[in-house]
Amino acid sequence: MKVPVSWLSELVDLPAGTTVEELDAAFVRLGFEVEDVVRPPVTTGPLVVGRVLDIEELTGFKKPIRYCQVEVGEAEPRGIVCGARNFAVGDLVVAALPGAVLPGDFAIAARKTYDHVSDGMICSVRELGIGEDHAGILVLGQAGYVPGTPAADVLGLDDVVFDLEVTPDRGYAMSMRGIARDLAGVLGVTWRDPADLPLPGWAGAPAWEVTVADPDRCDRFSMLAVEDLDPAAPSPWPLRRRLAQCGVRSISLAVDVTNYVMLELGQPMHAFDRATVTGPITVRRATAGERLTTLDGVDRALTDDDLLITDASGPIGLAGVMGGASTEIGDTTTAVLLEAAHWEPTGISRGVRRHRLPSEAGKRFERGTDPEVTVVALARAAALLAEHGGARIVGAPVDVDTRAPRPAIALDAGLPGRIAGVPYTRDQVLEVLTAVGAEVSGDGDALHVTPPSWRGDLQEPADLVEEVVRFRGFDEIPSILPTAPPGGGLTERQRRRRSIGRALAEAGYVEAPAFPFTGPAQLDALGLPADDDRRRVITVRNPLSEEAPALRTTLLPGLLAALARNLARGLRDVALFEHGSVFPGGDGTPAPLPGADRRPDDATLAALLGAVPAQPWHVAVALTGQREPRGWWGPGRPAAWADAVQAARLVAAAAGAELTVEQAEQAPWHPGRCAALLVGDRVVGYAGELHPKVCEVLGLPARTAVMELDADALPEPTVPQARSISTFPPVRMDLALLVPEDQPEDRVRRALRDGAGELLEDLRLFDVYTGSSVPGGQKSLAYSLTFRAPDRTLTSEEARVAFDAAVAAAVAANGAQLRG
Amino acid sequence: MSGANDPYDPKQVAALSPEALDEAVRAALGAFAAAADLEALAAARPAHLGDRAPVLLARRELGALPPAARSDAGKRVNAARVAVTEAYDARRAELEAERDARVLAEERVDVTLPWDRTPRGARHPLTTLVDRIADIFVGMGYEVADGPELEAEWLNFDALNFGPDHPARWLSDTFFVAPEDSGLVLRTHTSPVQARTMLERQPPIYVVAPGRVYRTDELDATHLPVFHQVEGLAVDRGLTMAHLRGTLDHLARQLFGPDARTRWRPHFFPFTEPSAEFDVWFPEHRDGPQWVEWGGCGMVNPRVLRACGVDPDTYTGFAFGMGIERALQFRSAVSDMHDIAEADVRFTSVFGVEQ
Repeated sequence: MKVPVSWLSELVDLPAGTTVEELDAAFVRLGFEVEDVVRPPVTTGPLVVGRVLDIEELTGFKKPIRYCQVEVGEAEPRGIVCGARNFAVGDLVVAALPGAVLPGDFAIAARKTYDHVSDGMICSVRELGIGEDHAGILVLGQAGYVPGTPAADVLGLDDVVFDLEVTPDRGYAMSMRGIARDLAGVLGVTWRDPADLPLPGWAGAPAWEVTVADPDRCDRFSMLAVEDLDPAAPSPWPLRRRLAQCGVRSISLAVDVTNYVMLELGQPMHAFDRATVTGPITVRRATAGERLTTLDGVDRALTDDDLLITDASGPIGLAGVMGGASTEIGDTTTAVLLEAAHWEPTGISRGVRRHRLPSEAGKRFERGTDPEVTVVALARAAALLAEHGGARIVGAPVDVDTRAPRPAIALDAGLPGRIAGVPYTRDQVLEVLTAVGAEVSGDGDALHVTPPSWRGDLQEPADLVEEVVRFRGFDEIPSILPTAPPGGGLTERQRRRRSIGRALAEAGYVEAPAFPFTGPAQLDALGLPADDDRRRVITVRNPLSEEAPALRTTLLPGLLAALARNLARGLRDVALFEHGSVFPGGDGTPAPLPGADRRPDDATLAALLGAVPAQPWHVAVALTGQREPRGWWGPGRPAAWADAVQAARLVAAAAGAELTVEQAEQAPWHPGRCAALLVGDRVVGYAGELHPKVCEVLGLPARTAVMELDADALPEPTVPQARSISTFPPVRMDLALLVPEDQPEDRVRRALRDGAGELLEDLRLFDVYTGSSVPGGQKSLAYSLTFRAPDRTLTSEEARVAFDAAVAAAVAANGAQLRG
Repeated sequence: MSGANDPYDPKQVAALSPEALDEAVRAALGAFAAAADLEALAAARPAHLGDRAPVLLARRELGALPPAARSDAGKRVNAARVAVTEAYDARRAELEAERDARVLAEERVDVTLPWDRTPRGARHPLTTLVDRIADIFVGMGYEVADGPELEAEWLNFDALNFGPDHPARWLSDTFFVAPEDSGLVLRTHTSPVQARTMLERQPPIYVVAPGRVYRTDELDATHLPVFHQVEGLAVDRGLTMAHLRGTLDHLARQLFGPDARTRWRPHFFPFTEPSAEFDVWFPEHRDGPQWVEWGGCGMVNPRVLRACGVDPDTYTGFAFGMGIERALQFRSAVSDMHDIAEADVRFTSVFGVEQ
């Protein structure tokens, strides 16, 4: 909402010397965010109102040129050359005289042009910096100003326009009337309500025959007829200036007047060419298949939710959204039917959205207008048309008014204070509610508050509380820290998520969160088989990108894209991780949409919560390049499948769980370098090297390693139990075993551990060897074993027995041989 | 050498004469002093402290002396031996110190050499900032509540007093999930966690709910279609806007320094009434101390309490929410939202593990 200060000060008795900054602060305090404070660009030097006394048409040039004698309040008129043609002798114009500097450093001087000395310039609004119109010069009309009057004031060059953001609940503030009331209220000054007008003593038949068939969507519909409008009468400059300041384009007197009244009172209006309206008017819903050509020339198919204004010919207007072309005011219209109605806001909102017709009227109707002012607005518009266009009112207005009385809200006068935490007195509460326009009755603290007609948003005590706090000011509210009951800290799950993130970061991985959108192409790139679960996606109806219409079922596409992006930016050694929700698809049931006036019953609530799909928390890593860089210490170590597997173990350890690993085949991993990650018998994820084909398709370096697991599938950690720490000396023994090459090492290790029994304190694999001294098809695994007894110094004989048992178990379980 | 039982006069035993002993000591001290290193010292030792060294040989002669003479001679011999031993030890200590000093000097390294063999990782600053904010509230006794990102439309909108025709429910603002009757949306704010919490249990409720949210904005320097919020909700007997202010001021001080505070501007949210937007005074702003827009807050709308089964006549509540990206933007001087979204390790690494 654009608010010119000059207009505002006509309505509000602003204290003398009120600054723009003070107004700015007052608006913010009222909840109207100041988006912009617009001041016209600076003009200096002599800029005056002039009257065109004579026009000499110059010919013989490329275009017609006029040499004008312009009276500018001096002894003699000035001769000014002008290329525009939209003015006549007697017109008042704006003349910039030599010495003036217009916006854009446009210095005016007397100069010879078209064989005449031009002693100044007649200005267009664009040259003056107050509008875009450059089709002709600015004509102020033929009366109302004395030539020679400084033009700055006339043009509003000293005026300031506030551009305010009005929140969707405050329809009343989409008008000068509403802004003025609030501002006067918060500043504690008097103001004049522009809707407080004496109505004319109209008499005679109502303007038209009207039926409202849908009173739920239209509870007040008013019309007034005027005749004898001079269709050529221009809109007076002050009116045009205000429209321009408020961002509304001037069209014609009739349209300009309806727009002006909308800005002033907040009541959008429509003007029909009365001669084109046939038969009685009915306000009704459209029937399917009906069509209407709107003012913009678009032929629109209507739905049964569209509310129409119809006459005997059919639809002539889309109620509250846009008028019809067939009844549009034209160049010759002399009889006008003015309409002002109150529409149900959400219906307007749907219509605006359905037909994609946002407008100044729509903005007001969908926020809610004041149903009380329809007839006032008609009278105001008719008076302006009479004043500037010679129109006269015919008969009485039509006024179909089916409004129910507004119920009073019971308000405990102490409630605002109890909500705000500020001890407002009863008088303070009453003062604010009165300033807002409410009627308040009741004894003591039990108040009955009838909100004013323009405040459809005031429905509950809480709404009234907000008004009190807003007018009193948020700055009065003290700062007190409440005491919450003792809490239990983070949950296990929350703690686990943090631990996992920290562990991976400490291990050198950088967190790389991605937008969780994916698409078939990304899943294809991973080489997922057609029946892969990760292809069962949930799709978004209105995706940002047609390539990624689905919610991710795996973190890998986003993570690999981040990897590729980093590589594309010239990085080479990159290790990334992400943890976050994935959204597996499936056959869901629709979530119900019960009413919201009370808690849904248990069954509905269960259905609602149950319809929200599980969204497990996954963890993934991806790495390429050198896992450890080369340096002065020696060569680096390339990232490999084993890093990905180790990352999984790290994640599990951080979560207080233990993983086992098995050889597996799963897309998108290399079939020989893929580990299934298991908790017990359950596979919770996979890790290893990315399939070479996938690397190729995604443009990633060969041997890129990745891991993904479902962190929610890791079991809840148990409380660790301490073990007794022996202080007796250990016995360390090494061994090497020959085992078949395809034998998983961890089985050998498990057998050794099981065979060694309780004296085994530690077991480490320190070498895997398949060189020349090892028979073909076999590998040598070298282990270091540490034995220790809890209660005594272990003898070498005891250690040897345990050692031999370990070897025997490994041999029995794995076909291993002890190497020499 | 004399026989053990020969009754010699000590004066006749040359080895025990003061002169002989002095000479032995002098010789020993000279030899030790002359030893240039530990090897030379070790080589000199047998001659002066070995079994056949003069002072030790002299000691053996003591037994031959008559008791009257033995004490006197014994003292002399002992003194000589101690003098030689001490001289040896002193010289050895001296030489060892020299050697140690030399060896340590030789072992000097360039300690400025880098040893970044293990690359450093980092958590995303959004994650660490969320944790930090959550910790501040946990410190006040709040619990951290989680909710799903793919959420029931009813919880995202209806329960929070968004009418069926509210513009936020348009396809142009909210991601809806197929099929059309799924009743599911990508949550547009963390506020549905409020509703979930209240539907789950009765007050007192003090929860904070950080999380990822979605709006259909194209990514640009100032907008993200996927971003993070932290939501706070307190429902209890007698809670007021003063308590809300106290809570936000406390948060501001914890995050932005002791001089930080909040300023409120009236605003509109369907789920709070009264509602405000709040700014935070940020003294460390790179463009100088200033107010920065941060979030929205208000008293929980009684309609929301009713929809969630909480009696608005008994309880009041306050709620607030703010953007994490926004906080990160001004707290860490991030100028382009792309940097927050694009996972460039050069951006994230700066923030380390705990920020």
